[in-house]
Amino acid sequence: MGSLLQFLHDHLEMAYIVVLSIFLGVEVISRVPSVLHTPLMSGANAIHGVVIIGAIIVMGQASPDNYFALIIGFLAVIVGTLNVVGGFVVTDRMLDMFRSRKKKPDLQENRNG
Amino acid sequence: MGLAVLSLCYLIGSVTFIVGLKMLSHPRTARRGNLVAAAGMGIAIVGTIFLYQTDDGTRLHNYGWIFSGLIIGGIIGTVLARKVKMTAMPEMVSLFNGMGGLCAALISVNEFEHLTHADPLLLVAAVLIAGNNLLLHVFIILAGLVIGSISFSGSMIALGKLAGKIGVWRFQGQQVLNISVLVITLLLAVGLLTQEAFFNGWVFGLIMLLALMYGILFVMPIGGADMPVVISVLNSCTGIAAACGGFLYDNQVMLTGGILVGSAGAILTVLMCKAMNRSLKNVLLGSFGGTKAGQLAQAQQSYKEITVSDAAVVLAYAKKVMIVPGYGLAVAQAQHTCHELEKLLEERGVEVKYAIHPVAGRMPGHMNVLLAEADVPYEKLLEMEQANTEFETTDAVLVLGANDVVNPASKEDPGSPIYGMPVLEVEKAGTIIVNKRSMKPGYAGIENMLFYRPKTAMLFGDAKQTLQQLIQAIKEL
Repeated sequence: MGSLLQFLHDHLEMAYIVVLSIFLGVEVISRVPSVLHTPLMSGANAIHGVVIIGAIIVMGQASPDNYFALIIGFLAVIVGTLNVVGGFVVTDRMLDMFRSRKKKPDLQENRNG
Repeated sequence: MGLAVLSLCYLIGSVTFIVGLKMLSHPRTARRGNLVAAAGMGIAIVGTIFLYQTDDGTRLHNYGWIFSGLIIGGIIGTVLARKVKMTAMPEMVSLFNGMGGLCAALISVNEFEHLTHADPLLLVAAVLIAGNNLLLHVFIILAGLVIGSISFSGSMIALGKLAGKIGVWRFQGQQVLNISVLVITLLLAVGLLTQEAFFNGWVFGLIMLLALMYGILFVMPIGGADMPVVISVLNSCTGIAAACGGFLYDNQVMLTGGILVGSAGAILTVLMCKAMNRSLKNVLLGSFGGTKAGQLAQAQQSYKEITVSDAAVVLAYAKKVMIVPGYGLAVAQAQHTCHELEKLLEERGVEVKYAIHPVAGRMPGHMNVLLAEADVPYEKLLEMEQANTEFETTDAVLVLGANDVVNPASKEDPGSPIYGMPVLEVEKAGTIIVNKRSMKPGYAGIENMLFYRPKTAMLFGDAKQTLQQLIQAIKEL
């Protein structure tokens, strides 16, 4: 218990970030039309790919002769990047489909003009 | 200096995540929101690679490994995300989510290895005697490991279920087994934290194995139709696993991003459950799908079949036609053909609209995405409530590969697993033409009484081929 309090005290700003982020997440999402549920989930999916930063740090600190750490870290970087890149690209593709119908009249106008 | 710039990078990253998520929840700004978040992510990643320093001022090394990892992951990710068919998008979300979970778990593995590798005896002593931050450090490593592993294996099973490769697997006492596995995992974790004898790689590995097992067991009994909710739950989990990394490295952007996704994912899960009028508990205990309880012996009942030319006549001479798309449309990639039929009917003076159930297809919004791809005007897509008020004035409904979302059992049969779920009330319309490949029950495995109703006519065949035939038949009228 004492150590927990001490930890909290030492990382007070982190505790603030956690609490505020929880409220923020709830607030940001709570009024979203159901049409956007899938793209939103996909976008959030890409954002938690931020875990890649941890992988980069782990990789960058592994000693060059520790092959276990190197290989695990390397794998972590690969799958983390997959999460980030794949996540954003898939979301973009989904949202692109929403946009295409709006783009069409514009194109026709341009052609007419 | 470098560290100050890095802090700024992380601040920018955190802000873009918040702004991006906010923009993603409005149709008009959604696409830009995604790009904003991606840009912020890029800044945070580049900043980390070049500016990160440990407390004693050492920079990162192993750049070769880092960049090759980034490039390999980047290429695979882009190719997968670009090449995949629209129908398989949900699978991709599940896959990438699993990768994030795996990444978090691997980070924990490495951190733990680092701890034990450094000087095991000294560390154990420090953990046990001092009981200081190190204990919490190990706790966070374990949290990241367990949550990340569950998220990874769970997502992989969800992926298999979405692709139709893995069925529902259920047996007596399954919930007891699941909970036991989870409890044993947690007990081992507590043991590792408090008992000197447990502080080693074997116990750590065993915890990981059990967590992976739990992820599989947790998703196995849940029906395929509920996978969106499951993925949303796992998405939220991965967010928390990422936040664990934020604690480990005192890294604000990981913390903000992770927690934001964790809480947003949780809310999104609740919203999805609401759209299906089910409780989360109900979904997670897997009481949907598979269960055949409360089903009447419907299979013996007779249904009416309709030929393509008859269906063409019904549609062409109707005043108002409502199309109800479902997964069958997505599987057959028939959205363009469907749009063609719609245009043809409109040319003949028939008013055509689409009734979109929020969870039609494999994911909420699935149908909107598909139809938007085929350039169907947005105004033609009616949401469920609006569609239900318009069915009374509709002459003909064309159900394209949708099943559970038009099942009247949700209103009439209290024993049905989907009782209480809001559905499209197609029966109010004059005639209902149902296009399906066969009489097999839908994704949730529930018999649909709609097919046996006097107003319903079945039009068997692949959605795309049938639509092409219909178009041909209408042109020849």
